[in-house]
Amino acid sequence: MPHIRSLSAFAVTAALFSTPILFATPSSAKTLVYCSEGSPENFYPGINTTGTSFDANSQIYSRVVDFERGTTKVIPGLAEKWDISADGTVYTFHLRKGVKWHSNANFKPTRDLNADDILFMFERQWKESHPYFKVTSSNHSYFNDMGMPKLLKSVEKVDDYTVKVTLNAPEAPFLSDLAMEYAGVQSKEYADAMLKAGTPEKVDQEPIGSGPFYLVQYQKDAIIRYKAFPQFWGGKAKIDDLIFSITPDASVRWAKLQKGECHVMPYPNPADLDAIRKDANVTILEQPGLNIGYLAYNTTKKPFDDVRVRKAMNMAMNKKAIVDAVFLSSGVPAINPIPPTMWSYNTSIKDDPYDPDAAKKLLAEAGFPNGFETDLWAMPVQRPYNPNAKRIAELMQADLAKIGVKAEIKSFEWGEYRKRAQAGEHQMAQLGWTGDNGDPDNFLNTLLGCSSAKGNGSNIAKFCYQPFEDLVLKAKSVSDQAERTKLYEQAQVIFKEQAPWFTIAHSVQLKPVRKEVVDFKLSPFGRHTFYGVDLK
Amino acid sequence: MLRFLFTRVSLVIPTFIGITLLVFVLIRLIPGDPIETMAGERGIDPKEHARLVHEYGFDQPVIVQYGYYILRVIQGDLGRSIVSHKPVIEEFLALFPATVELSICAIAFALLIGIPAGILAAVKRNSIFDQGIMAVSLTGYSMPIFWWGLLLILLFSVQLGWTPVSGRIAVLYFVEAKTGFLLIDTLLAGDIDAFRSAVSHLILPAIVLGTVPLAVIARMTRSAMLEVLGEDYIRTARAKGLSNFRVVTVHAFRNALIPIVTVIGLQVGVLFTGAILTETIFSWPGVGSWLINAIARRDYPVLQGGTLLIGSIIMSINLLVDMTYGLINPRIRHQQ
Repeated sequence: MPHIRSLSAFAVTAALFSTPILFATPSSAKTLVYCSEGSPENFYPGINTTGTSFDANSQIYSRVVDFERGTTKVIPGLAEKWDISADGTVYTFHLRKGVKWHSNANFKPTRDLNADDILFMFERQWKESHPYFKVTSSNHSYFNDMGMPKLLKSVEKVDDYTVKVTLNAPEAPFLSDLAMEYAGVQSKEYADAMLKAGTPEKVDQEPIGSGPFYLVQYQKDAIIRYKAFPQFWGGKAKIDDLIFSITPDASVRWAKLQKGECHVMPYPNPADLDAIRKDANVTILEQPGLNIGYLAYNTTKKPFDDVRVRKAMNMAMNKKAIVDAVFLSSGVPAINPIPPTMWSYNTSIKDDPYDPDAAKKLLAEAGFPNGFETDLWAMPVQRPYNPNAKRIAELMQADLAKIGVKAEIKSFEWGEYRKRAQAGEHQMAQLGWTGDNGDPDNFLNTLLGCSSAKGNGSNIAKFCYQPFEDLVLKAKSVSDQAERTKLYEQAQVIFKEQAPWFTIAHSVQLKPVRKEVVDFKLSPFGRHTFYGVDLK
Repeated sequence: MLRFLFTRVSLVIPTFIGITLLVFVLIRLIPGDPIETMAGERGIDPKEHARLVHEYGFDQPVIVQYGYYILRVIQGDLGRSIVSHKPVIEEFLALFPATVELSICAIAFALLIGIPAGILAAVKRNSIFDQGIMAVSLTGYSMPIFWWGLLLILLFSVQLGWTPVSGRIAVLYFVEAKTGFLLIDTLLAGDIDAFRSAVSHLILPAIVLGTVPLAVIARMTRSAMLEVLGEDYIRTARAKGLSNFRVVTVHAFRNALIPIVTVIGLQVGVLFTGAILTETIFSWPGVGSWLINAIARRDYPVLQGGTLLIGSIIMSINLLVDMTYGLINPRIRHQQ
């Protein structure tokens, strides 16, 4: 029986060396392990572009204002309260007193957080002459994308605990913009000390923040270790230690969760979902994400400049079949260009019905009784809002063939794809969007407004329709949310009439979490924050 | 011996130029540019794009970029990662010990099982044992690493619960990196539990990574031994009445070693290639997964620097292997 003997020898060796799994370890400290999907780029959120990096950083830094956990509602952060001038251009932030900084081997803070630190956050990303503008990277991606350089007129320190921000024009989403991760506040005192020591980049590698957790250890591709910061201004976190166990493979993450080597995992493999649902120790949290996957018609190119053609296309494609086949249980068919979890979502709008006969009739009316030829672009990558663009394109192609439209599927390398689509080279192209700040402006204006239809903007339908534009621009300048809601609801009606997109689906984020985790809340932005989470 | 060394070392320079040029040109042939990739989902404003392309020097002709790159490499500067903005050499040195530790364990596993198995197969030629070993080694050689790794995880980690799923050590242990080799660091820290944890984490990845070398070594040992066992001096040794054990281990095995050592040397390259997949499956924080990420992010400096460093290490090891021939077989030494 050599086989059995060697197997049992292996078992003995393995058992001898086997490590205690989490729950078997007697320990008074509460340690939560999160199996994250990758390594952060660095510890400066101002230049980060990936969710992975934001997750690693949002535990460390505080922001002027925050999003309430699990929602897109803006709540006080480092600023206890704020005043907005009547014309909506001056924001005065009143900062919290006694906010403590973390410390590390390089730096022991001598003062609490004050207005200088807030100014440092703005100026580092804004002013090219700032000594930190180019440190680590000069690509302050989100700061630029949210239009801050154009929007900001001045940022002034009124006193140690008051900051006045003046804008060039009223901007209703401004507060939401400041709650985003790129606006994480770093210590100016630390930055000055490191600049003096000739090692400014340390500020972004060995971070000092004022958030609920401080960084203890980071080993690339292996582990990020945090400890709860006892002096955190919001009170100490319920867990004592937070560990990011970096695990890039989704099936391995699931194996670790199953075995109890971690408590929370992101991005499960769709193929594992059935098994995950059957596991008694694990719950799957679900929520439609703040995203949309769509097929954009290039409204400046024939035949898609005719609204009848666009409507006909919308009726020719069987959305339910597409979502069922490609998203499985992780997507809901999309009706509007904003997700149903976002405020101002218009629930009264009905989707275009799947009706190939009506579509054919409409197409004939538009002068294409025998259909036409077009391209159909499919993204080369998998995205949360579109797990398989090629498959979707194939299903669409088959549906369109039924009304005589011959679609040729095209694809390019991802960077190239986006560049060409933004330049408007396509007739029909799939793309999608994940919201940044929870504001409808971030979808309706960014993706469908006239200014982003120009040049290489993100409005790849090149849709510029004045009645829609007027509503969206007005909503941007009004600060009353009820009024904004009305404007956006009307804008969605126009969107549906004009049909610049075939809205495909909103993906549902699925988060397998072990049963002993208490009060983990799904973030609409897909972030993973662990302040407020407890363990049984 | 000196001339032998000199000819070997002189080959290193053209190889070095070849590696740098090939990597430099090849990665620029992959579609997509690093600045676009860096910008992520949202794309980047063309002005900002142009500014960054200029800042990184990607707007210059490839040959000029290559010239600057070589100049910097000669000065020992491999550049900074576009993603983390840390020096490439610093990232490499932090991750390399993990790869070395895994590779050493994998090759040790391959040698400890492969050589005895090969010898036994040769001695008991054409027996069921021989055929069994050869069939198993052929299977091992053909097994896709990715599939094999997941299979072992599912069986030993998830079903039986004998080994941990992935990583280098249980997350509860906090061992300061002195040498970067966890087996040594845990012992230096005097933490036996942490050492056990490190060993248990090594078992599956070492088996997965060692499987292909094991198969190759077992087959090579068998054929080398078969050849030697048919030689006249083996018959003479037997005729002198030496024990079978002594004939096989001392007379036959020593002479069969040259092709075996060559194959082991060649396995270093295989190990690094295999490490890329193995490290990804087992979330092993080594240079393999680092390079894979760099490809996805079009991190040119990391790809160039990492490949160059790994290439240099493989070249040095092969040089060492060539030198050991001299030690194993005096004829090579003297002929040169």
